[in-house]
This record gives sequence, C-alpha cells and structure tokens, in this order.
Amino acid sequence: MSSQAWINLAYLTASMLFIVAFKLMSGPRTAVRGNYLGAAGMAIAILAACFEQPVAASVAKNGIWPLALLAAFAAAGGGIGATMARRWPMTGMPQMVALLNGFGGAASMLVAAAELTSTHTIARFGEGTAQTAAQTSLGSWTQFGIAIGLACLIGSVTLTGSLVAFAKLQELPRFKKPWDDPNRQWFNLGLGIVVVLLLWAMFSNPQPLLFLLLVLVAAALGATLTLPIGGADMPVVICLLNSYSGLAAAAAGFVIDNSVLVIAGSLVGASGLILTAIMCKAMNRSLVGVLFGGLGTTATVDADEVYAGKIKAAETEELAMVLEQADRVVIVPGYGLAVAQAQHAVRELADVLEARGTTVEYAIHPVAGRMPGHMNVLLAEADIEYEKLREMDDINPTFPETDVAIVIGANDVVNPAARTDPNSPIAGMPILDVDKAQTVIVVKRSLSPGFAGIPNPLFAADNTLMYFADGKKALIDLTAAIARD
Amino acid sequence: MPNPLLLDSITLLATTPSGEDPASTFIRLLTVFLLAMWVGFEVITKVPQRLHTPLTSGSNAISGVTVVGALVVAGSLTSGFGSLFGLLAVFLAMINVAGGFVVTHRMLEMFNPKKK
Repeated sequence: MSSQAWINLAYLTASMLFIVAFKLMSGPRTAVRGNYLGAAGMAIAILAACFEQPVAASVAKNGIWPLALLAAFAAAGGGIGATMARRWPMTGMPQMVALLNGFGGAASMLVAAAELTSTHTIARFGEGTAQTAAQTSLGSWTQFGIAIGLACLIGSVTLTGSLVAFAKLQELPRFKKPWDDPNRQWFNLGLGIVVVLLLWAMFSNPQPLLFLLLVLVAAALGATLTLPIGGADMPVVICLLNSYSGLAAAAAGFVIDNSVLVIAGSLVGASGLILTAIMCKAMNRSLVGVLFGGLGTTATVDADEVYAGKIKAAETEELAMVLEQADRVVIVPGYGLAVAQAQHAVRELADVLEARGTTVEYAIHPVAGRMPGHMNVLLAEADIEYEKLREMDDINPTFPETDVAIVIGANDVVNPAARTDPNSPIAGMPILDVDKAQTVIVVKRSLSPGFAGIPNPLFAADNTLMYFADGKKALIDLTAAIARD
Repeated sequence: MPNPLLLDSITLLATTPSGEDPASTFIRLLTVFLLAMWVGFEVITKVPQRLHTPLTSGSNAISGVTVVGALVVAGSLTSGFGSLFGLLAVFLAMINVAGGFVVTHRMLEMFNPKKK
C-alpha cells in the first residue's frame, strides 16, 4: 500500500469518528465519549496531514524545521484556544462560539489563498509537468477555480459576520444599536452584485488580485449583513455562521481535493442548517425575515386595553403561601434570568420546595437564551439535574396538572396570543402553555413588552399573579419566606 | 530553483494521482459532500434540544478540520506568501479546534454532575 493510501485510510477513520461523535451527542453521558472520539478523529487527521507528500517533500529537502514551525503555530493556537475555553463564562458561550466560527472561516479562506499563491508560483516559474498541471488548474471553469472562489467567499463572510456577531453579543458600545439605515438593503444588494461578478471571474480564471478583491468585498458584505440584526435574532445568526464555517471547510476541501475536509465540513454545515431551521420555527420568523427584515414588528394591540384593571400584583408572603401548598411547580426561565445571574437563586428556591416534597421541573423554550440550548447549559451550571430540564413539546401537556408555574425573565414565549389571536405578530409561534396551570406567578420588573413589542394577555389572566421585582431578589426573598415557615 | 521532488508533489496536489480530469474530481467530491450532508441531517436531528449548545460548540471544533488543509499547504513552503497564509491558517484553525473541544467537554461535564 502506498503512503498516500495509508493517509487516505487515516482520513477515512477520522471521518467515521466525526460521524460517531455526532451520533453520540444524543444523550448527555454518551456525548462525553462522543466529544473524546471527535477529538481523537481530529488528532488522527492532523497526524496524517503531517505525512502528506508536500510536507514530506519539504521535510526531505529542508530537514525537520518545517515540521517544527508547523508544530509551533499549532501549539500556539491550541494553547490559546484551550485557555479561552477553560476561562470563558457560560453566559458568554454564544460570543465564544461566534469567535471560533470566525477563526475557522478565516482559516479556510487562508487555505484557499495559500493554495492559489503556490499554484501561481508553479505556473509561472515551474517546469515540465508541474507547470502544465498548474496552468490547467488555473484555466477556465475548473473545480479549482470554483472551489477557491467559494472558499474565499464563505470564509470571508464567516469571518466578519462572526466578528460583528461577537461584538453585538458582547454588547460593545458601538454595536449596541442595530444598523437601521433605510438604504442598507440597496447597499447590500450592490455588494452582493459585485460579489457575484467577482465570483464569476474567479471561476473562469482564479487570480491573486481577484482573490484579494473578493476577500475585501465578501468581508464587507459579512459585516453589513450582520450589523442590522437585532439581539433577539442572534440565535439564528449563530447557527447560520456555524453552518458557514463548516461549508467554508468543505469548500477548502474541494480546493485541495481532501475528503476529510469535505466530510467534516458538510456534517457541520448540515448541523448548522438544522439548528437554524429550529430557531426560526421557534421564533416564528422566516430566515429571509431575520436576514433582511429589520427589527421585527410594532404593536397592533393597545396595552392598556389588555391590562386595564385586570392585573393582580402579589406580595412575597402571599406567593410563598401559594407555593407551599403546591405539589407540582414548573419554572419557566427566560434570558432575563441569565442576565440577572439568577440561576443559582432559582436552584435554591427549588431546593426548599423539594425539601417540602414538591416536584419541581423546568420548562425550556427552544429560544430561551442567546443560542440553541443555551438556557439548559446555564441551569446545568447551577447543578440542576439534566432530567428536570424539560423540552417544550414534552412539558406542554403537563401544564393542566401543574399547581404553580413560575415565569422568570420570559415574555413572548409564554404569550397565549400566539395560540388565540390570529392577527398577532406572533400568531402560530410555538409557546409554553403556562396559562393552563392552576396558578401562574410572573416575576417581572414592570409591564414592559417583550422583544416582539406586544402586550401579553397572560399577565391579565384570572389565574396569574404578578410579582413586580428584580428577578434575583424576588427569588431570594421567596426562598427566605418559604424557609421561614 | 525549486526542488524537483517538491514540484512532483505539487503536481500530485493539483491533479489527482490517477490522472483524473478536474470535472471528475469535482463530481467525486460533490458525491462525498452530498452523502455526508445527508448523514449529517439524519444523525443531528436526533440530538435533543437540551444538548444543542454542546452540539454547536462540538461541531464548531470539527469545522476546525480545515487545519488539515492548512498543514498541507503550509508544509509545502513553496512561496513566501503561500506559507505565511498557511501558517496563519494553522494557528487560527487550532484555536478553533482546541477551543471547541475543550469548551464542549466543560459543558458536558456540567450535564453529568456525578463525575465532578
């Protein structure tokens, strides 16, 4: 067997390990093993790459130092990545994923750039067969041109799109307000047309200058597409960028004719697309609406009409008594809970209730948090058991048997108007049916509307008690009141 | 003058060993791409929503596989610029790989408190 065959076998093994890694993600215990297998697959692929002909040839010519140089850059990157991963706070997970997506996209774009530069050098100064081969691949409409163009486009868009998403999620002052210039769509359309033209030119004749232009225009487009997107839509953007980083890797795989890049890249691309679809469905928005639709809708229902005279506010002692009599309590956390850093306070409340024999569970809406599944991670960090974190479809049928539902920092995802009012902007959006519980406690600072900007009839419902307070303080007070009795 | 051995290796990279024409290479890779996409859809729809954040960060780490391509292009060291791009790509992709796997592990540990 030739050495290239062994290398390909190693790539095949790595690809299979990646698939198994995704497969094992179906449960929390097996997922740990899956993650190890994924890392093992990566190690095998990296090792195999060091035996590839170009590297081996370079080592044969220059001695060990090319490998040492590669190892140094890899170790530096790996060290930075691992340190970042160990220290990054869980609330900031979306930012970190955004940043890593950006680096991955940039790396894929650079692989294409490096390959183009070296092929050009050969085509100009090379001799014999090598030169012919290089000139062929720079000829009209080869897979080389198409792949390089796409790797460059997707990689650059991923890089700047991710950096802008990072800045927005990190709430850097300059990025707090979405870019809402009314002419932005025309600007984006103009950039888009330029990108298509450059891409067309790249397909038929990949040149370094064209590549550079495409990098610049695609980078600008990545930024201007992400800048107008509001904070609430960020989960969709994160998923989409995740998908792009995979597709960029796959495109780089087409450039250098490498199957493990294509396989791993398309797996990640598929994963990102699925999550994007789930997020859009959970937020009742179309992908086009998120990307080009601006900042959502304005209120069509008058808040005073919904709330007038129907709001019942309750004090700590009264709520403590309601909770003490409950057999089953469901807590509905929203992103407001994470902002208030109240995950541990929630667990303490659950602890005193459970000590009294009450069943406590958590109902998690798919868009609770700033990325898919984010709220689950935040609650798990507060040592809440995995089994108590229930998904929407799973817990919705149990609300009629629930004595008390506590809503903290969530609004639109518990708005019954989504079910009842066909004219509501959120009509048809899947929601948690908390209004079907015996009693609903809503912890909220004021009656301000949620992201959708619409009033919530739940607050005015007969079985709802409003608890006007800061989320964390409210939980601590309630816990203390129950513990006293 | 570049080394002949080195040039041969570039030939291998630019065409395919068996003398496959570029269109066939493209179709072969497209086949792999579409089949892997399909496998991805089948496997990932079975991941519960509770684990979607570790899924995202884990798939993020795997998208760092582009480090393989980076190593190959940087290792050949054919031109100053080319290898510089390659080395930078190795560096960035490794941040992605290490960061992704480590943070995924950290999250999964939190979902399995008994192991703490």
